[in-house]
Amino acid sequence: MEEPAATVGVLALQGDVLEHEAAFADVGVVTRRVRRPADLGGIDGLVLPGGESTTLSMLLESSGLFEPIAQEVARGLPTFGTCAGLILLAGRVEDGRGDQRTFSALDCAVRRNGYGPQRFSFEGVAQPVGDALDAGEGPLPAVFIRAPLVTEVWGGAEVLATESSQGSGGGPAPVVLRQGHVLGATFHPELTGDRRLHRLFSSMAGCTKRAPAASSARLATRSLGRPPPGEAVPARR
Amino acid sequence: MGVMATANGGRATGTFTVKRGLADMLRGGVIMDVVDAEQAKIAEDAGAVSVMALERVPADIRRDGGVARMSDPALVDGIQQAVTVPVMAKARIGHFAEAQVLQALGVDYIDESEVLTPADEAHHIDKWAFTVPFVCGATNLGEALRRISEGAAMIRSKGEAGTGNIVEAVRHLRAILGDIRKITQADSAELYAWAKELRAPIGLVQELAETGKLSVPLFCAGGIATPADASLVMQLGAEAVFVGSGIFKSQDPARRARAIVEATTHYEDADHVAKVSRGLGDAMRGEELSELSERLAERGW
Repeated sequence: MEEPAATVGVLALQGDVLEHEAAFADVGVVTRRVRRPADLGGIDGLVLPGGESTTLSMLLESSGLFEPIAQEVARGLPTFGTCAGLILLAGRVEDGRGDQRTFSALDCAVRRNGYGPQRFSFEGVAQPVGDALDAGEGPLPAVFIRAPLVTEVWGGAEVLATESSQGSGGGPAPVVLRQGHVLGATFHPELTGDRRLHRLFSSMAGCTKRAPAASSARLATRSLGRPPPGEAVPARR
Repeated sequence: MGVMATANGGRATGTFTVKRGLADMLRGGVIMDVVDAEQAKIAEDAGAVSVMALERVPADIRRDGGVARMSDPALVDGIQQAVTVPVMAKARIGHFAEAQVLQALGVDYIDESEVLTPADEAHHIDKWAFTVPFVCGATNLGEALRRISEGAAMIRSKGEAGTGNIVEAVRHLRAILGDIRKITQADSAELYAWAKELRAPIGLVQELAETGKLSVPLFCAGGIATPADASLVMQLGAEAVFVGSGIFKSQDPARRARAIVEATTHYEDADHVAKVSRGLGDAMRGEELSELSERLAERGW
């Protein structure tokens, strides 16, 4: 029997959901919007899009999504955060609000709006480190919008790309991080035509083995069946 | 003025992608009018994606009259220090010097707004000349496309600010989205007639016919006072909402603000909108449109 196609959930509380849906459509991956805990059932990966991290944090709590997502991420659900989404995954937010919680899945510290206000937002490039992002294809075009700055990386986080001209120590700043099943970018790959990060995440979502504790819980949700095709959201852009 | 993007160590700032990108990040959110740092904090705590600094909320401008101008820079500074969400501020239509000041203050978005008293009766600001992005109001599709041709990176339907009455916002949204739907059905020859009728550049009309949507996000403003108002305009096709007087002219601003944020996210879920709408206290009083002496939406050309 043929394995059904993988479905990636896109957190759709606020932010640039459409662009991620379009990017996954480009690489042939079906997406579904996640607004309620029930929407998490049966997804193979989860994207936390760009938006405002304070707003997203509040809406994650009020929608009852914070705890279920924290559990799924801890159990090994492949998760990809861009910009505000990366802030939600960071181990430490240097200047966050006192009540701002994160999923603490990437061993790094971030400073919100690390490059300054909107007039310092920019288009630049991210230089791949190692070969996870097909360095042979050259640097990735990268759009930084009031982007967070990664100020420290420790533990299991691996730097997959850097941005050349900034860094708290004067050197290049990390802009793409991976830690096991978790991927984060400080910029917006979904706003460019380069699909390397979405391809990388799709392969993480399709191949990653989950921890044994997760498999029974996940099998239970899967036995409820996949959502009808009508629930899968086609790209609109 | 005149330089759209500056290269800085391989970095291009002020490009259209960067300007429009911030509007993309605000989608599904609520932008709240605030007059000082204290209100800004309440708005951020309630989940606002951005706050809009202005001298007086539209209901007070309407009541008190006089010339409405850009905020005092000291108030803008105070608001910027009080919150981490992006700060927008209003400049008068055509008043490019106010816009230059706001850019120098480091605001994240400028609203060239009909709520303030216009400074130029024929010309809007040349928004391509700025690094900071602009949002402009529109009552119909032609106005929206003219603002985009001048460099606006976000459009908001105007509605009738300061009334707490949603009827004009609905009219403007339906006008814009209805004409977009018609244009997607037009043949290539008809597009020239559309451009003439809309008084809009043919290139933008052709692009619209191809993509079926504006080249920048379309938000809604002017008259939103309740969570159900937010749900209504989101279902009609708005991608985010601006709330002006509706919050700080209500009985319990913090609760109402949060309820409108939740209703904007869960606009398709009537149970959720019902839940957050319970017991919010009095909404702003509101105005019947026929009783107005002046329509702010008629400002702008």
